[in-house]
Amino acid sequence: MVHIVDYDAGNVRSVQRACQHVGIDAQITADPEALLKSDKVIFPGVGSAESAVDTLKTRGLDEALKDFYRSGRPLLGICLGLQIILEYTEEGSRDCLGLMEGACERFDFTDGSIKVPHIGWNEVEMVQSHPLLKDVRSGDEFYFVHSYFANLKESSSIYGVTEYGEKQFASIIASDNLFATQFHLEKSGELGLRLLAEFADWQGGSC
Amino acid sequence: MLSKRIIACLDVRDGKLAKSVRFVDTKDIGDPVSKAKEYYDDGLDELVFYDITASSEERNIMLDVVSRVAEKVFIPLSVGGGIRTVDDANRLLWAGAEKINVNSAAVKRPELIAECAHSIGTQNTVLSMDILKVEMSPEFPSGYEIVINGGRTPMGIDALEWALKGEDLGAGELVVNSIDADGTREGYEIKLTRMIAEAVSIPVIASGGAGKPEHLYEVLTEGKADAALIASMVHFGEYTVSGLKKWLHDKGLKVRLRY
Repeated sequence: MVHIVDYDAGNVRSVQRACQHVGIDAQITADPEALLKSDKVIFPGVGSAESAVDTLKTRGLDEALKDFYRSGRPLLGICLGLQIILEYTEEGSRDCLGLMEGACERFDFTDGSIKVPHIGWNEVEMVQSHPLLKDVRSGDEFYFVHSYFANLKESSSIYGVTEYGEKQFASIIASDNLFATQFHLEKSGELGLRLLAEFADWQGGSC
Repeated sequence: MLSKRIIACLDVRDGKLAKSVRFVDTKDIGDPVSKAKEYYDDGLDELVFYDITASSEERNIMLDVVSRVAEKVFIPLSVGGGIRTVDDANRLLWAGAEKINVNSAAVKRPELIAECAHSIGTQNTVLSMDILKVEMSPEFPSGYEIVINGGRTPMGIDALEWALKGEDLGAGELVVNSIDADGTREGYEIKLTRMIAEAVSIPVIASGGAGKPEHLYEVLTEGKADAALIASMVHFGEYTVSGLKKWLHDKGLKVRLRY
């Protein structure tokens, strides 16, 4: 069973629809027990990290996600899902799950003409190969909506990078059983759907 | 580098495409779902549905349209028209919309913007503004006024002031719709779009007046818009989304070509 984590952070239904479209039978759940029994978990999210982290904790989903990750089963993070797996976010100064070393920082441009949030289609440059990325080419575009970005301690976890203004940030990160994108693969057209379809077959591992 | 977005707008009345939208391929007449899918397949970046249903009793039909589109179209989907409360916004989001456009109701009650931003997120809250050119005066320092009811009712609010207030209240994007340019097909209101785009720090979507590819180029460069809204240009079959994007790309503009 594939579960989509529901913590009142927006677009669970969009993610579920995209899953359906590529043949993944995914259920939405806010129950930590159900989550722990999943074969795979999708951790999506849009909006404020502050209230998202608080809701995760209230529902006991934070510990469930940590336990699920430690079990070695595949976990897919999307947007806010990528940010919250890090140790800390500047947004509302919240401690996060700490599945990966790093923190989320706000875009802060010296050039005032660069808009925040970063909204729209932007390119991803692949810096390492990964089984989920076999159909993705450097320069392919995906849909982004965010004001904060991941600053990772270890660059070895970075698989894709994106440039916005003067900033280059990690737009795809992965570890053995974790894969996460800053962009919304459920709203990134056929390329995004293909990535999601690959996740259906993925049993973890980066080669 | 971020691409400039091409957004198509479809007016929907009672669940069908409004009469103003006519098609070459007759079997598509009236069905917003197949039209949305067609544009999606042709590389559209984002889709806006504007509900122009007159009576509020018929609004549930829009939820059905949105949910059927969301099953087939995997790009951001924005819905506007008749949204008065956070509940309206949430129903549309649950049906499959990504973003909510507030317009008249926000002019009458600006707190609606803050309520939406708080409930569904700033990035999902779009403030759509209908703007008319007026004499520059102490009341309208920008020389533009906010109007509602499709341009028929002037509201006595300066357009630039409203844009800044909307950003302040939590709008994540602005649609700058020029009533003067709307329907003329003679080009976007460049001066207005640029004035607002330079004043705010959130993305601006230009709307009204698109008739030729040059108009898109103009508003996305000189007009400083982040995205251009198109309607009749593609609805009448005169241009295609992919054709327009190719043209803009050849002119040196960054647009999304591989999809």
